[in-house]
Order: sequence, then structure tokens, then C-alpha cells
Amino acid sequence: MSPSERARVEAFAKEIRKLTIGMIAELGVGHIGGAMSIADLLAVLYDKRLKAYPEDARAADRDRLVLSKGHAGPALYAALAAKGFFPAEWLSTLNKGGTRLPSHCDRNKTPGIDMTTGSLGQGLSAACGIAMALRLDSNPATVYAIIGDGESDEGQNWEAAMFAAQKRLSSIVAFTDYNRAQIDGTTDEIIGLGGLAEKWAAFGWNALEIDGHDVGAIDAAIETAAAVGDRPTMIVLHTVKGKGCSFCEGQVGSHNMNVTKEMAAEAVAALGA
Amino acid sequence: MEALKEMRAVYAETLVRLGAADDRIVVLEADLMKATGTGPFAKAYPERTVNVGVAEANMVGIAAGMSAEGKIPFAATFACFASRRAYDQFFVSGNYARLNVKLVGTDPGVCAAFNGGTHMPFEDLALMRAVPGLVIVEPSDPVSLAAFVQKAAERDGCVYLRLQRKAAPALYKEGETFDFGKAKLLRAGSPDGKADAVIVALGALMAGEALKAADLLAAEGKKIAVIDALSLKPLDEELILEWAAKTGRVVTCENHQKRGALGSAVAEAIAESGVPCKFARVGVDDEFGEVGTQDWLADRFRLTAPHIVAAIKGL
Repeated sequence: MSPSERARVEAFAKEIRKLTIGMIAELGVGHIGGAMSIADLLAVLYDKRLKAYPEDARAADRDRLVLSKGHAGPALYAALAAKGFFPAEWLSTLNKGGTRLPSHCDRNKTPGIDMTTGSLGQGLSAACGIAMALRLDSNPATVYAIIGDGESDEGQNWEAAMFAAQKRLSSIVAFTDYNRAQIDGTTDEIIGLGGLAEKWAAFGWNALEIDGHDVGAIDAAIETAAAVGDRPTMIVLHTVKGKGCSFCEGQVGSHNMNVTKEMAAEAVAALGA
Repeated sequence: MEALKEMRAVYAETLVRLGAADDRIVVLEADLMKATGTGPFAKAYPERTVNVGVAEANMVGIAAGMSAEGKIPFAATFACFASRRAYDQFFVSGNYARLNVKLVGTDPGVCAAFNGGTHMPFEDLALMRAVPGLVIVEPSDPVSLAAFVQKAAERDGCVYLRLQRKAAPALYKEGETFDFGKAKLLRAGSPDGKADAVIVALGALMAGEALKAADLLAAEGKKIAVIDALSLKPLDEELILEWAAKTGRVVTCENHQKRGALGSAVAEAIAESGVPCKFARVGVDDEFGEVGTQDWLADRFRLTAPHIVAAIKGL
């Protein structure tokens, strides 16, 4: 990634963070921690890697994205709005009655959302199904999937992991947001995940682990995944919960928290221009 | 007498026929392909057959993902696993996501026989009935099965099809038409359309027992109508209420708990309609399943014709 490209993607990540903080503050409460920790990934995907068409969100040749940790929807909505999938004014309707931006992703409500998620552990199976269907259609699109570390406690992920390896679903490029915090405590306190990349490798995946806030590293990892033709790829992103948000960075309790407009203004100012 | 055709063979050959005309049809199995009998589809269309191993939740999620790309997946497993094991996946990834998963639950109720209580779904229909907008059918013979598999393929939306996979006698002639929300009058009490009571039955096993019960009562001079419910949701309330009004006596029978499925649905319809009638349910009375032959279990759980007769006489 060139310095200028890096600057552009980092600026987009900052925009995603600001919009996300703003929309959650508008409501006063939301899943901010796990939204912040995937902002850099979403910036790389939507600013560079993911083939998408804002004006034709269901185009056959688009890349697909399943945000299995559906509660991080607000960060994805920020990226989609910034790229023109829907009017930016929608962002202030997050979670309000009748909104098209619900807390958890809904493929029927929001342009650019490929799969309805929210009941944790289900997204990777859907991604497998999408990849199987694309294979039948000789469609070369990439299927991106993002799962959480707490979500990795769900056994269905590992069913999907075995399936994707068995079927050699190399079109799947998945990410684990390894921010080491889940609702009731750190992952080490609740269900320690240990060497997550080793687990995925043992399940037959091409597994990498990188700094999940280094947009250059994310971009390079996706690049290498594209060259692997016989296995799905899991990129374990070492991240910080609440990253880039002054009032919650590194806080285990930031899964779902109250956010006032004053807190948001301070956090947005701290992010800088 | 011609050997009866296994229902699973009808299921498979219908899928092969549909699959020939429409390459969106895909079949998913969770290591029970031999039981479901979809081998012929796998042989004809190996690339459109997906065996996920012993992982029903994953199977339903994969089916949902495939349907998001326009495929028409038929995913089958024992009804106990299709409902209890993969309920949230079917609910969220399939139904809530407004996708297009055809979930087939085999070996309903006492048909699980020697697999016993762990495998004996007396509650799958109650669970499924609570899913908004879901269409639920239990075909009663090979003709209705083939028709409803095709209807399921044609419907843009999820379907739960309860499949008794062993042989069942034909109740309908080839060419009979079926639809969701439509029951069939299998027997009117008498040629002039009068009857002393109506039995509403669901599924091959219970339709057969209902007809036997009607015969037993006919021998005593009683005229009994029999309705084959077929479509649990939507339920053909019009036909059922018409006969409830005509006869004033309604007995439901199902290879399932009394609570939550056919008996409940008919009771609700009658209660809300204001049609005055007496009513009883034949079904499993708040018990778990156990091992035995299907016949032994049907009697053990009071699902057979004599129990239906007793229920009618008790009204």
C-alpha cells in the first residue's frame, strides 16, 4: 500500500469512526466497542478491496460481505453511507422505530447488507452457502465474513470451519475481530480462545494473524488470501475494543454502552480532522 | 397387490424431476442421505448435492446462504433435529432473513420407532407454527407429497415439510391438485353431505387411522366425515369450520403433542368463529417418546383408530 493510499484509507477509517460515534450518540446507547475495533478493516474493504456498487447493491459480480457479528452494524452502516449506498441522513435514525438501520444487520432493510445476522455464530454458515452457490454459478466473487472473538464460542462456527475446508471454499476470506473482550469480561476470563490462528489452521484454513488496526497489513493479508486457491482464509485481527474512541478504547465494558452527545463530541474532536 | 411406494422415494424422484427442469434446485443433507433417500438426486446432480456431515445447524445456515444467491435448497434431516437442533438457524437465517429454505423433517412422531425418545419429535410442528409466515405441510400420501414438494419449490419463501418417509397408501389419484392453505375432504359422512362428526387428521399415519375410525363407526351406523388437513399453516379454516358447523362435533388427530399444532389451531379457529360444536383432540398428551415399533407406539400414545372412536363417542 502506497503512503498516499494508506493516508486515504486511514482517513476513511477515521470517518467511519466519527459517523459511528455520532449515530450511537444520537440514540444514546449502542454497541460501540466492537464497531470501533473493525473500523480499519471496513475502511480497507470499502475503500479498496471489496467490489461493490452503491447504485446497484445486489449486482451479481459484487463481492459479498457477511457481518456475522451483526451488532457491529453501525460501523458498516457508516461505511455504506459514506460510499453512497443510502443517504447519510439515515444514520441519525439508527435503532429508532421504523428505521432501515437496525442494531443488527438486516439484508431486507439496508442497501449493501448481504446477510441478516445478529444471532451469533450463524454468519459463517451463510457465507459457506453463498460461496457454494457462487461456485455453482461460476461466479468468481469473493465472500468476506467477519466474526467476533466472543462469537467464536458458538460451535456453529466450527461446523462451518470444517465444511469450508472440506469443500475447499477458497472464495471465503474471513476475519476474526480478536479484541479480547466479550460482554461479561475478557475472553481469557470467560472462554479463552488461545492461539486462534492455530485453531483455524488446524481446521484446514489458510490462517494469518496481523495487527487489525494496520490498514497496510490488512490490505496485504487480503492480497495473499487471493493467491490461495485450495482453502478458505481466516485473518485473525489483533484489535483493541473501542479503538480510536477516547471514552471507551480498551474498555472491556464497551460492548454496549450509553453514549451522550457530549462524550461523542469529545471523542470526535480527539480523532482530529 | 402392488407394493406400496416409499414416501422417501417419491420425495427423491420429485426432486430429480424438478431438478432436471430447474438447476436452482439443490439438496442438502446432514449425514442422513441414506435415510432420506435422496441418493438418486445426488447421482443425477452431484454438484447440486451438499452433505454437510452431522451438523444440522450449519446445514440450515448453508441452505439460507445458497438461497440468498437464488438457489432453491431442500434441506432434510430427522424432524427432531430439523426443529429442535436447527430452530434458531431456520428462524433467523432462513425465515427472519426472508430467505428461501425448504426444510424437510423426516420420521415424525412415532415414526421414529426404534430411535426412541431422543429422536421422537412430538413438538416440531408446535415450534414451527410459532415462526411468522412459515408455511407448514404434512403430506398424507405419495400424490400429495409430490405435489407439495413442487409447491414448496415454487414458493418464494421458507417451507417446513413434515415427511413420513416409509410407505403410505395413495389417498388421491394422480393429477389431484393441492395448495398451501387447502385441506381435502377425504370422506363425507353420507352422500347427502350429512355427518354426525368430523375428524380432522394430519399426516399419512393419522389420515389412515381417521379413515379406519370412520369405518368402525360406520359399522355402528354413524356417519363420520374425514378431513385431511395437509396444510397446518395456513390452515384451511373455511373447510374445517364448514364441517364443524354441519356436524357440531370435531375431533382432531395428529402424530404430535396435543398442544401447539393441529388440535390447537383448530380449537383456536372454532373458538374465534363462534361456531357451536363439541371438540376433542387425539394426540400425545404431554409425554416424551420412547422406543418400540411404530404400531406399538401409535397405540401406546393413543393415536390409533380405536382411540379416535373413543374420542368421538366421548363428545
